[in-house]
Amino acid sequence: MSALTGFLRADGRKGIRNVVAVAYLVECAHHVARTIVTKSDDPDAHLIGFPGCYPNAYALKVMQAIGAHPNVGGVLLISLGCESFNREALRASIAASGRPVEVLVIQESGGTAETVRKGVEAVARLKAAADQAPRAPMDVSELVIGTICGGSDGTSGITANPAVGRAFDRLGVAGAACVFEETGELVGCEKIMADRAITPELGLALEASVRKAEAYYTVMGYGSFAPGNAEGGLTTQEEKSMGAYSKSGSAPIVGILKPGDQPVSGGLYLLDVVPDGEVRFGFPNISDNAEIVELIACGAHLTLFTTGRGSVVGSAISPVIKVCANPETYRKLSGDMDVDAGRIMEGRGTLDEVGDEIFELVLAVAGGARTVSEALGHQEFILTYKAFDPIGPACLPLRRVS
Amino acid sequence: MKPILLHPDDNVLVLAAAIQAGQAIEIDGAVMAAPQDVAVGHKIARHALSIGDKVLKYGAPIGSMTAPAAPGAHVHMHNMKSDYIASHTRQATGEAS
Repeated sequence: MSALTGFLRADGRKGIRNVVAVAYLVECAHHVARTIVTKSDDPDAHLIGFPGCYPNAYALKVMQAIGAHPNVGGVLLISLGCESFNREALRASIAASGRPVEVLVIQESGGTAETVRKGVEAVARLKAAADQAPRAPMDVSELVIGTICGGSDGTSGITANPAVGRAFDRLGVAGAACVFEETGELVGCEKIMADRAITPELGLALEASVRKAEAYYTVMGYGSFAPGNAEGGLTTQEEKSMGAYSKSGSAPIVGILKPGDQPVSGGLYLLDVVPDGEVRFGFPNISDNAEIVELIACGAHLTLFTTGRGSVVGSAISPVIKVCANPETYRKLSGDMDVDAGRIMEGRGTLDEVGDEIFELVLAVAGGARTVSEALGHQEFILTYKAFDPIGPACLPLRRVS
Repeated sequence: MKPILLHPDDNVLVLAAAIQAGQAIEIDGAVMAAPQDVAVGHKIARHALSIGDKVLKYGAPIGSMTAPAAPGAHVHMHNMKSDYIASHTRQATGEAS
């Protein structure tokens, strides 16, 4: 197996990028944080943040997970000062991970202009510290790979999604942790998915996670189904689900994660993204990047994004590889796509060939090659309010009992 | 033009390229004229479908017919529905058209 070279963090994790994250802790600090990133003019300085002023345990957990992400080499927190985000808990957990972290509170730093000036200096310091991270050999088995689909159409489930499934199967054999998600897009597949669980109890938990999603989306009044899905030939939620499900490949399912939980082994995991309890904060994921952020919070070094209608997004923190399902879309948006899976529709390639191409591209991107969305400067990030209960005892059968 | 049969049990086929009304399409070895224009990635009936029939794609039920469809006819929102959660279109969500 081709060896990679990772950025070795103090906590032993290895990253494929060396990002300095600049995080606003309330929308009121967003402009200052954004200006610091813009003025820093460094492709590895990324803007992240949480807009809300009210506290939320989920948002704190996700920000803590991303602050200690293996691709992150340092963090600058930008607080207004009066918001309720627990910035000290976030700062302490990032510091405990061994990553350099600095905090600027706008109300105590002289306001906008002065905080921007100090922030640009802080990013330079954090970048210099991150550049000291030792490089270490890294095996494919140390990678965490997420997958998501966005702008799906009738081609997605025939070309890009099953091709990603082929790549997931190869990555899983190589020992990587692979994470698929969006239980709302598994409505209709719950039984066949449960049959792939490594224990009967995990199978029941997989089915329960989809039932939860169906109930949640029913209350919201919409499935995870956008008008563009229908224009692209998908008619029902369960049809979209069957196509989305094929991203997971054919390996056994070894566990269920919730946002911010880390895989405990290699193998295939389902990320349960639908909140627990009563319906409170609105739609589970208001757009694709909310799901990508949750995959990253579960340690994803990079994400495989399949699209039929043609999404152009990337992400902060972890690269996104875009796999285009629809040959007509590819011709219109080739400058935004990494892989032309739609060629399968036109007899110019097979699922196995495209699956192999995705696998090789994962290794290249993990080795430092920039994806198309990275090169275009895409660094989307969105984090909203949610509520989760901890995962149940059946969810991680492989977790070591200590 | 030969539409894609994803699973032997399926009663719909997927178009690998857009078709135009009158264009020759091949369904289970028989050639017929396409009854209407249909876009790439959309579904057409493999054989005659009746109201209440489960629509099978990938070998799995993806909804039920709400109106009959002749062989080769477009199968979509106008003649089938979800057995789980209703789908929506841009018009139905109140966006100005």
